[in-house]
Amino acid sequence: MTIARTLEDACTALAEHPDALLLAGGTDLMVGINRGQVGFDHVVVIDRVDELRGWRREGDELVLGAGLTYSEMGRGELPVLLPALAQAARTVGSPQIRNAGTLGGNLATSSPAGDTLPVLAALDATVVLRSSHGTRQLALDRFVTGVKQNALEPEELIEAVRVPVLDGPQEFLKVGTRNAMVISVASLALVVDRAGRSVRVGLGSVAPVPVRAVEAEAFVDGAIDWDTGSVPDAAVDRFSGLVAEAARPIDDQRGTAAYRSHAIGVLARRALRRAFSESAP
Amino acid sequence: MSAGPYVLRVNGNDHEVPDAHLGESLLWVLRERLGLPGSKNACEEGECGSCSVQVDGELVCSCLVLAAAAVGREVTTIEGLAPDGELADVQRAFVEAGAVQCGFCTPGLLMAVDTLLDDLPDGGGDPDDLIVREAISGNLCRCTGYGRILEAVSIAADLRRGNRT
Repeated sequence: MTIARTLEDACTALAEHPDALLLAGGTDLMVGINRGQVGFDHVVVIDRVDELRGWRREGDELVLGAGLTYSEMGRGELPVLLPALAQAARTVGSPQIRNAGTLGGNLATSSPAGDTLPVLAALDATVVLRSSHGTRQLALDRFVTGVKQNALEPEELIEAVRVPVLDGPQEFLKVGTRNAMVISVASLALVVDRAGRSVRVGLGSVAPVPVRAVEAEAFVDGAIDWDTGSVPDAAVDRFSGLVAEAARPIDDQRGTAAYRSHAIGVLARRALRRAFSESAP
Repeated sequence: MSAGPYVLRVNGNDHEVPDAHLGESLLWVLRERLGLPGSKNACEEGECGSCSVQVDGELVCSCLVLAAAAVGREVTTIEGLAPDGELADVQRAFVEAGAVQCGFCTPGLLMAVDTLLDDLPDGGGDPDDLIVREAISGNLCRCTGYGRILEAVSIAADLRRGNRT
């Protein structure tokens, strides 16, 4: 086992043990280890690597360390800068899980139900990957490639995630059977870029990977009255329908495809209405 | 695979762990190797909260902590809440409110409530009901229906702030 103190330590250990398990918060990985379902020869512990902790602002971008915990996403300035991410983080697990689980872990697990992923999709996030050979950056849709599949190479770790700071409201909404300790049945992130006059929508748990509702976005960008910040009811209906069409849900133990399509449309309507008032008749 | 001998700091004392396997959780090592069975083992997947401990002051599920990765951390378990043999404020409050039935969830809940009270600002009245419910949302109790637990949190908050003796 290696308890890495620096990013270089972690990359060196990974180069020596390319099949090593990377352990950050442990909230996904330890479940498999406890059940004896995860075999391993070496563990690289990365929760004490300072370079992976916290976040910083670089101009109009935020660089979020892969070790940022869900609890930290809800503290200080982050809920103001990235309200949708803070809202998503607060729906994860319980205080115990949020204190341990990390942004990098949510990405590395690449579950269709990963709560931060629709937010990162809506924000057009870039994932920064690091190994002893150097750094590379991938757009989120190039990083998550399938159900629990991603583009991480054996010697690589996730260093950070880059997202823009946008001027405009953001929403994250999630359907589940209770408010805590719930894996989402359907989730939606909506972010508004007032300067770019655009709305971006990311969907979770309704496809193998986080998806964008691009047709719904293009439609609603043209239907919003950007000067008054309002949108007519008929446009909200159309937007809701187009978002539901962007989903590719399946039946599973948490819900049916039909329910998920319905629910994602409801979430779309609700999020848009929270972000934009009704147009005056 | 052996994790080699390592030392865990638990409740202010260093404990040598001589012959653990690398995959052992902190919960397992506390209970089976260090003789600290107060933290309870139920789900082993972070769902029930009955194994809750504080690591460097933060509430976590000890079943989701790799024990060997907790070297150098300060671990506080339910056994460390009242080191001098007197009941801690949260323990007194749970007794007074009758918030304990079968008792299996109680150690985890006490750790969660202790963390909540540590994080509350000084002074003020009862902690907000939503904040309390969120703070204990990761601790499942199948006996009480939570009513008396919420009552106990209110008593514990008063004790912690010196509003009640």
